[in-house]
Amino acid sequence: MAFTAFLTDATICIGCKACEVACKEWNEVPEDGLVLSGFSYDNTQALGASTWRHVLFLEQPEVAGPQTADTKDPFRWVFLSDVCKHCANAGCLESCPTGAIVRTEVGSVFVQPDVCNGCGYCVVSCPFGVIDKRPEDGRAFKCTFCYDRQKAGLVPACAKACPTQSIQFGDLEELKQRGKNRVQELQDRGYRDARLYDPQETSVGGIHAFFVILGEPEAYNLPPAPQVPTVHLKSAWTSALISAAVLFAIICAAFAV
Amino acid sequence: MPGLGTTYGRGGATAAPNDLLNSDAILIMGSNMAENHPVGFQWVIEAKERGTKVLHVDPRFSRTSAVANIWVPLRAGSDILFLGGLIRYVLENNLFFREYVVHYTNASVIIPEDFKDTEDLEGIFSGWNAEKKTYDAKTWLYEGVDSDKRATPEGCHGGHVEEGLDAMPDLSRYHQDLTLQHPRCVFQLLRKHFARYTPEMVERYCGVSKDAFLHAAKTFCTASGPDKTGAICYALGWTQHSSGVQMIRCAAILQLLLGNMGRPGGGILALRGHASIQGSTDVPTLYDILPGYLSMPKFGEESKTLRNYIDKYSSRTGWWHNLDKYIVSLLKAYYGESAQPENEFGFHWLPRVTGDHSHQGYWLDMLDGKMDGLFVMGQNPAVAGPNSGMERRGLGKLKWLVVREMVETETASFWYESPEVKRGELRTEEIPTEVFLLPAAGHAEKDGTFTNTQRLLQWRQKAVAPPGDSRSENWFMYHLGVLLREKAKRDPRPRNAGLLALKWDYTIEGEHREPIAEEILQEINGYTVPNHELVPGFTALKADGSTACGCWIYSGVFPKLGENRANQRAAKGFYGHGWGFAWPSDRRVLYNRASARPDGNPWSERKKLVWWDFESKKWTGLDVPDFTATKPPDYQPPEDAEGDAGLAGDKPFLLHGDGFGWIWVPVGLNDGPLPAHYEPLESPVRNPIYPKRQTNPAAQAKSRPGNEYATSPDARFPFVMTTYRLTEHHTAGGMSRTLSHLAELQPEMFCEISVELAKDLSITPGEWVTIITARGAIEAHALVTPRIQMLTIEGKPVHHVGVPFHWGYSGLVKGDIGNDLIAISEEPNVRIMETKGLLCNVIRGKRAGNLEAIGELRKGLE
Repeated sequence: MAFTAFLTDATICIGCKACEVACKEWNEVPEDGLVLSGFSYDNTQALGASTWRHVLFLEQPEVAGPQTADTKDPFRWVFLSDVCKHCANAGCLESCPTGAIVRTEVGSVFVQPDVCNGCGYCVVSCPFGVIDKRPEDGRAFKCTFCYDRQKAGLVPACAKACPTQSIQFGDLEELKQRGKNRVQELQDRGYRDARLYDPQETSVGGIHAFFVILGEPEAYNLPPAPQVPTVHLKSAWTSALISAAVLFAIICAAFAV
Repeated sequence: MPGLGTTYGRGGATAAPNDLLNSDAILIMGSNMAENHPVGFQWVIEAKERGTKVLHVDPRFSRTSAVANIWVPLRAGSDILFLGGLIRYVLENNLFFREYVVHYTNASVIIPEDFKDTEDLEGIFSGWNAEKKTYDAKTWLYEGVDSDKRATPEGCHGGHVEEGLDAMPDLSRYHQDLTLQHPRCVFQLLRKHFARYTPEMVERYCGVSKDAFLHAAKTFCTASGPDKTGAICYALGWTQHSSGVQMIRCAAILQLLLGNMGRPGGGILALRGHASIQGSTDVPTLYDILPGYLSMPKFGEESKTLRNYIDKYSSRTGWWHNLDKYIVSLLKAYYGESAQPENEFGFHWLPRVTGDHSHQGYWLDMLDGKMDGLFVMGQNPAVAGPNSGMERRGLGKLKWLVVREMVETETASFWYESPEVKRGELRTEEIPTEVFLLPAAGHAEKDGTFTNTQRLLQWRQKAVAPPGDSRSENWFMYHLGVLLREKAKRDPRPRNAGLLALKWDYTIEGEHREPIAEEILQEINGYTVPNHELVPGFTALKADGSTACGCWIYSGVFPKLGENRANQRAAKGFYGHGWGFAWPSDRRVLYNRASARPDGNPWSERKKLVWWDFESKKWTGLDVPDFTATKPPDYQPPEDAEGDAGLAGDKPFLLHGDGFGWIWVPVGLNDGPLPAHYEPLESPVRNPIYPKRQTNPAAQAKSRPGNEYATSPDARFPFVMTTYRLTEHHTAGGMSRTLSHLAELQPEMFCEISVELAKDLSITPGEWVTIITARGAIEAHALVTPRIQMLTIEGKPVHHVGVPFHWGYSGLVKGDIGNDLIAISEEPNVRIMETKGLLCNVIRGKRAGNLEAIGELRKGLE
């Protein structure tokens, strides 16, 4: 089976949150708090154990650039549906001591709920802050990429529900190309700050959920250079070994004197 | 929907959302389409991707504005000034589509000398009766039409206490000037009428800069001509004003001037907010129309005999000549064998309209103790009704109340949970109302149809059985009818005769004895009486009692046994024929004869839709022609030809007696043949166009204790309040605040205010504020945002306060009720309340801490 991916396009998202609801309905994800955030229309606020799609509402002043190429609006209001990136080198998967987190044949990263023991190592290992533990349950949860639907030949629930095709689902390489073409097209149409969020040259080794955004990725809580914590293993172990060797030498020296 | 109904002939969206792909410009005004119609909005997004210019004119920067090319903020309630400005812009810059206007509209028709415009009479048209506060529309008729046959509202929405017998005037006898130069032709009257709606006036009173107005005007008004089209989308942001129908009329006039009606990518989309709101006026839940937009008979001479009724409402020329067939077939469907020529097919069993029985009218009656009981189905008036605090008090005066719902809504629980009870203003033990809450089946638990925005009937299958005692509406109405008829049999009073005469023989099946929904759709489609064969369409209906039909415009949806066209699922071609059934006769774009030149050829290759095939001598094209298929483009009617044969081959608006699109409405509206700007019932400014007529003279404020108004302007209530919905919730919240996955997305009541207003009032984002109007006071969190902009009107700042109305006192998430702030009022044609532009004040803190200030503000209200 070929690897699959999401391409989420902020330039045609209308912030309806149908993806959030479809995801929860299909995957039986519980409610995530009935609290008014006060931040624009974003009461979901962040991805978490009980929020696997999150529509971000970005209110920016005029200086950020126009939302539509020829608009004269004094500000812009951009919507983006965030989701697990299903990294090629996934921090959560690498840190999971029980083997609960596995890579599937469609390239996605899947948490097996019957194996997870709730240690939480994955939570701190995700460079995007996606995976989290559900307090009342103890285990870690995140987007399954609708693995069950994909196995049955169906499109993930969020992409299926999106009315404007802001969320597209398909073959990884094809979607990556489609994302690049889209950005080129947007720039040709005057959206000078359009860009594809698909960090390369980082230890994450590529992501399976790309985003077409306007402006800097940081504004969307997307790290410009995400790193998998395990890249620090080599230097950490090296320093530990050197420290141990130095300590051993000092101890030996102490006895030798 | 008399705004579209009078201008074009039918009260429905004239095209389908997917046709927006053909538009060169889309004007969205009076609607927040992205938020309230997100699924239909996919076509706007796709059109924009293909280069269509999208304009959003709205006081708030919403999710629609965010993705529009142009957002124009304007003062709520100043829409007719803005739209009148567009009409003037088109006329002054010669941007109108002359050939279309001359042939397809009544622009050339001459109006008699005794007509006087609002420009002559300082804000009223001729025919005004100051005592009754109504118009006599005699002088609005065309020159040449016998004005002794006085004009009376056609089709719908009259509701006068007693109606005289005046036959429908013969509108085919008009005089015209095809050069459009005659000083009394509609075109010149229109030019004069809107001459003062200048860009400067728009800037000063709508708060739209001249540059922004001209940019928007140029962008939309150049989407016109043989090669281009533009579409207009609106929703309740126009409807819910005291001049709402005339706002829609402005748009309808604009589309006629630009030649955008009946053509691909043109038209007006009346966006419907619920799954079957279009259906609820087609087969109406309204008091003043019968199925298929036949008028409900009114008490008086007009309904003394069936003949009188037919004379009054049918026309000599045009499609309404067939009204006798439709009313008789309807009576046959209602009364079956009991309906015979000897008893005028049971016409006398139909109830008569004796007064204002609209929602507003009967709620005031309820408050006055004139009503005993009420059935509430598919509505939650304790939250959704205007001045809902007063409506809840009305509920408390009933003897009994039946609520059929999927959940216990605020309407069912008002007697122990309402704010009035909580605050001790009402005591549960003193409320006499006996409340029956009956469980209703959800839409996935019953068979039936939805009729959606584009007049499309779509069948839906029952997916699961309803739980417990929950039942469908069909089940409830059928069995209620059976029980009432049983009761009536034991009571010989004459008033029960109609009930006993009803044909009430639906087949029931299954354990719950459920009526078969398809059988009801067959009855709506119509059948021949002698052998019960389904009719292929409304042209087969007869006036002699040999056919029965439940709703003539739906006829053709079930042409033969086994062929439920609402259940078709094989879409073909751009317009998707073969998926569902669009009334009438599966026409997807109404008045599509206008997509061809008068000679029958398409206006252009790019915009072709329906055209005359000179070889086969038939109308053909990409849609079902909305025209008699074999009537040639050069057909001229003989002098005395009647009905459709009385209209020429170049007259696309076939429901009208003259076949024209009506820039000028000679018959059918209660507040004028042309739109005129009046201020909302509460406004921060005086009417700049007609200083002596602040508000729509024919609108009714229904002022009374508990339903008071601020003055215009009013120092106590300096801000403009506008109510609205959010994507995340469904109307009064009964179907969304009860579901965690929706409730969590917008969990608390809030209001939206500008950064400037927050600064003026020292409000910090998120804090509690109290919003006060002359009717009530509620509390909400303040969402401070640049999406609400301060506008400059007459050189002074005007602030808007945005109030969503989804919350109530039941459900997972609760909050104060926005509609407590609204007044019960009536627009003159459809009797809808004004919700979009009233006055309010805002003070910091929760309601309970502000009682003194609220009392101070409301002191001295009449």
